[in-house]
Amino acid sequence: MSEAVVNISERKRAPLARTGAVGPAPLMTARGLCFDAGGQRLIDGIDLHIHPGRCTVIMGANGSGKSLLLRLLHGLITPTGGEVRWQERPLDAAARQQQAMVFQRPVMLRRSVMANLRFALSVRGLRGAERKTRETEAIALARLDALKDKPARVLSGGEQQRLAMARALVCAPRMLFLDEPTASLDPASTQAIEQMIEDARETGTTIIVVTHDAGQARRLGDDLVFLHGGRVVETGPVAQVLDNPRSQAARAWLGGRLFVPATP
Amino acid sequence: MESFSAIMAEALGLILSGDPDVIEIIVLSLRVTLSAVAVACLIGFPLGATVGAFRFPLRAGVIVVMNTMMGLPPVVVGLLVYLMLSAAGPLGVLGLLYSPTAMVIAQTILVTPIVAALSRQVIEDLYNEYSEQFTSLGVGPLDRVLALLWDARYSLLTVALAGFGRAVAEVGAVIIVGGNINHVTRVMTTTIALETSKGNLQLALALGMILLTIAVIVNGLLMAIRGTAARAAYV
Repeated sequence: MSEAVVNISERKRAPLARTGAVGPAPLMTARGLCFDAGGQRLIDGIDLHIHPGRCTVIMGANGSGKSLLLRLLHGLITPTGGEVRWQERPLDAAARQQQAMVFQRPVMLRRSVMANLRFALSVRGLRGAERKTRETEAIALARLDALKDKPARVLSGGEQQRLAMARALVCAPRMLFLDEPTASLDPASTQAIEQMIEDARETGTTIIVVTHDAGQARRLGDDLVFLHGGRVVETGPVAQVLDNPRSQAARAWLGGRLFVPATP
Repeated sequence: MESFSAIMAEALGLILSGDPDVIEIIVLSLRVTLSAVAVACLIGFPLGATVGAFRFPLRAGVIVVMNTMMGLPPVVVGLLVYLMLSAAGPLGVLGLLYSPTAMVIAQTILVTPIVAALSRQVIEDLYNEYSEQFTSLGVGPLDRVLALLWDARYSLLTVALAGFGRAVAEVGAVIIVGGNINHVTRVMTTTIALETSKGNLQLALALGMILLTIAVIVNGLLMAIRGTAARAAYV
C-alpha cells in the first residue's frame, strides 16, 4: 500500500455524527424524496441530512438507486415526490452554483485540458487575472501541467478523471458530488483522486460519494448511507455500518452474498 | 455529332485555355453558392443548435417541418422567390430579380433547412453527452448553444459541405430568379443546361468537369480537416 493511502486511512477524524442526527445545521436536506419512472418507484421516501464538512458515502448493490439519488440531490433530475433543500431553501440554480459533480465517466469537452477548466470558470463569470490564477492552480492540483495544451479526450482514464475533479473544484464548490469517481481506475489513479478528495475536504468542502469499494468508504467517509431497492436501509458512521451492519441487505452485500428479497 | 472523345478533348482544351467567359461563370457560381451557404450557416447552425439543445412545446413538430423542408423542390422555391421579387411582388421595389442577389436568396432558402436539420441532429447527439455536465456547471442557455456549436465545429463543417453540394449543383431555382443572363447571372449549372440544349456540348462538358472537380476538392479538404480533428480527439 502506498504511503499516501496509508495517510488517508489513518487520518484522525472528527467525532462522527450520524447522518441526520447531530451536528451543525444541515447544508442539505432531503425529505421524503421519491422518484418514479416507467411505473416503478426507483427512489422511495428518502430522508437525509447532510452536514457541512462531512464526507457521506452512499453504498448499495447495483440498481439500488445510488447514482439516481446523487442526481436528485444535485438537482439534475426533478423528484416526483418530496424535496431537496439547500440551507433550508428549495434547491435552485443559484444553490447548484455552490455545488459540483464528477461523473463515473468523465464528460470531456472537445477542447484542450486548459480550455475545459477555462469553460467552467467562464460560465461562473470569472475573467482576466483571477481566472488565470485559478486555472493554473487547478492544473497544478490535477498534476496535468505537462498536458495542459493536449485535447482532453486523448488523456488516459485516470488523467481525465483528475481533470474532471479539477474542473469541479476550480469553482470552489461548497458541496461536491462524486459518482464512483475511481471506478475502473488503477491503484495509482485511485490514490491521486482520493488525494484530491482529501485536499477538497481540508478546505471545508462537503462531499457525497457513491462507491462500491468498502476500503474507499473507510479511507474517505465519515457517514455511510446504505441503499437497497431505492430505500435507505441503514445509516451511521462508516466503521459502524461496515463492521456491524444491522440490516439484512447490508450484511449480505458486505459479506459478498446474494440478497434477493422475497417478492410479495 | 462529334465523338465523345473529341468533345472531351475540346472541353479539356477549353478549361486549360483559361477562357475568360468560363472563368467568369465559375467565379459567379462560387460567389453565389458560397454566399448562400454562409447565410444558411449563419441561420441554420443557431437554429439547429437551439432545437437540438432545448425542449419546448411543439418541438417534435418543428423537427418534422425542418426535415420536410430539406426536400423543398427547387423550382417551387424559385417560383416563390420570383413572385416575391417581381415588379408586382411585395419586394419588387428592391429591384433584385434577375440579379446574383436573387440567386443567393433562392439558394439560401433551399440550403438553410438542410443546414438546420443536419446540425440539429449533430448538436442533439452532442448535447445528450454534455447535458448533465452543463446542468451541473450551471451553463446558461446562450453559453450552451455557443459551446455546443464550438465543440461540434468539425461535424458542422460536414453539414456545411452538404449545403454546399446542394447549392452548387442547383439549377431550377437560380434559372427562374436569375434568368441565366450572360455576364450577369449565368452560373455553371444554368450554362450547362443552356449549352446542352443548344448542342454546344464542349462547354457544357467542360463546366461539368469543373463542377465535379470543385466538389472533389471541397470534399477532400473537409475529409482532411475532419481526419486531423479526429486524430486529435476533437470529433
